[in-house]
Amino acid sequence: MEFTTTAEPIVRLIEEFGKLPGIGPKSAQRLTYYLLQSPPERVETLAEAIRGIKQGLRLCSVCLNITDSETCIICCDDNRDRSKICIVEEPADILPLERTRKYRGLYHVLHGVISPGDGVGPDDIKLNELIMRIQKGGIDEVILATNPNLEGDATAMYIQRLITSPQIQVTRLARGLPFGGDLEYADDVTLSRALEGRQSI
Amino acid sequence: MTQLRVYQTEAIVIKRIKLGEADRILTLYTPEKGKIRAVAKGTRRPISKLGGHVELLTHSQLLIARGRNLDIITQAQTINSFMPIKNDLIRLSQGLYCAELVDAFAAEHIESVETFHLFRDTLDRLANSDMSAIALRYFELQLVNYLGYRPQLQSCTLCNKGIQPEINYFSSSQGGIICPQCVHEEVLSRRLSLNALKVLRLWQNCDYAIAVRINVNDELAKELETVIRDYLKYLLEKQIKSTAFLDALKVKPAAIDN
Ligand SMILES: [Zn+2]
Ligand SMILES: [Zn+2]
Repeated sequence: MEFTTTAEPIVRLIEEFGKLPGIGPKSAQRLTYYLLQSPPERVETLAEAIRGIKQGLRLCSVCLNITDSETCIICCDDNRDRSKICIVEEPADILPLERTRKYRGLYHVLHGVISPGDGVGPDDIKLNELIMRIQKGGIDEVILATNPNLEGDATAMYIQRLITSPQIQVTRLARGLPFGGDLEYADDVTLSRALEGRQSI
Repeated sequence: MTQLRVYQTEAIVIKRIKLGEADRILTLYTPEKGKIRAVAKGTRRPISKLGGHVELLTHSQLLIARGRNLDIITQAQTINSFMPIKNDLIRLSQGLYCAELVDAFAAEHIESVETFHLFRDTLDRLANSDMSAIALRYFELQLVNYLGYRPQLQSCTLCNKGIQPEINYFSSSQGGIICPQCVHEEVLSRRLSLNALKVLRLWQNCDYAIAVRINVNDELAKELETVIRDYLKYLLEKQIKSTAFLDALKVKPAAIDN
């Protein structure tokens, strides 16, 4: 082992960094030695921030996003359109949608996706919460933003099947060719959906 | 003999699990190698050359490189995406059920070309016909046929006497029919109507083109489904997970129509 001559706390931190996604042994080592040379306040701030994500966090009582208060920042915002709900699989899916600045409605986080072969059915994700929320009324559009793969589609189709009210428009994020992709490598499901969803320019 | 570093195969994707940040481990069913597993790199990113070619329930031509631990898919081209299955929730649930059965019954690296063809043809039937009940029962019976669990339907599994045209019984643990004289010896057997027995016998042996000619009413369809499902569950010693979703879709949901 190359670490035998290294102090135990250093070895430990390198190991912990190495468990994080996208961080190989080299990066783990670099981060550790970087922190070792940083001022103590800086290390303390980082440690605090890491502890913070597991303390006092809970699910928003409206949309089930992760929040540190009763309702999340988005649901509290009076400028947002409360008649629209965008349905996502995980809390992490909200951030990229927010970054586009194109959507001003609310969200609903399912915390999972229907995956029959893995034994994950409609009752195992936060679908009942969604149904109750829509039943309260005042919703005119439900946007299905589950991932464009088989489980995401199954979940979207299942939700679409539940909503029969003519007052509520059910939409799905456009599916088709990814930006930066290459037509040559597109599969026929993607291509035919891209054709179906073509737009005049 | 040295093995080639890469090989080509047809395959249908029957299972996918996440690996690391952007990769997946796929379970594939192939004609020549039976069930195999391979890594599909980058398939959880929007821009991936493999992308939809290695989606679940997709029949593709693959180029696979042998790896130290797991083999790696380097190229993929769709042969049949069974698109109607991907666009319809009921068909999708049925396709996933078939995939789960293949995964559960097939052992890794045991070749069965017949099973591959049966699976491929069944997905095609689920995609392009409205005979799903027959397609599924035919699939189940033929699958256990090919994989060595063919139920005994000609003679009593206990006394070996030929089965008479009357009400008989089916025992999952005995793997077949029990005659009315022996039924007291096997408490877990279930009543089997003469019609159900006839249909099971026929489907066990005939081509699909003949199987679909049978007129199966709802009651008989239900009986056949129950008896075969029971048998599969017994063989697998576990619940078939996707049946819960299959059944959930049979009832109309409590709709939101306010
Ligand atoms: Zn919220
Ligand atoms: Zn007998």
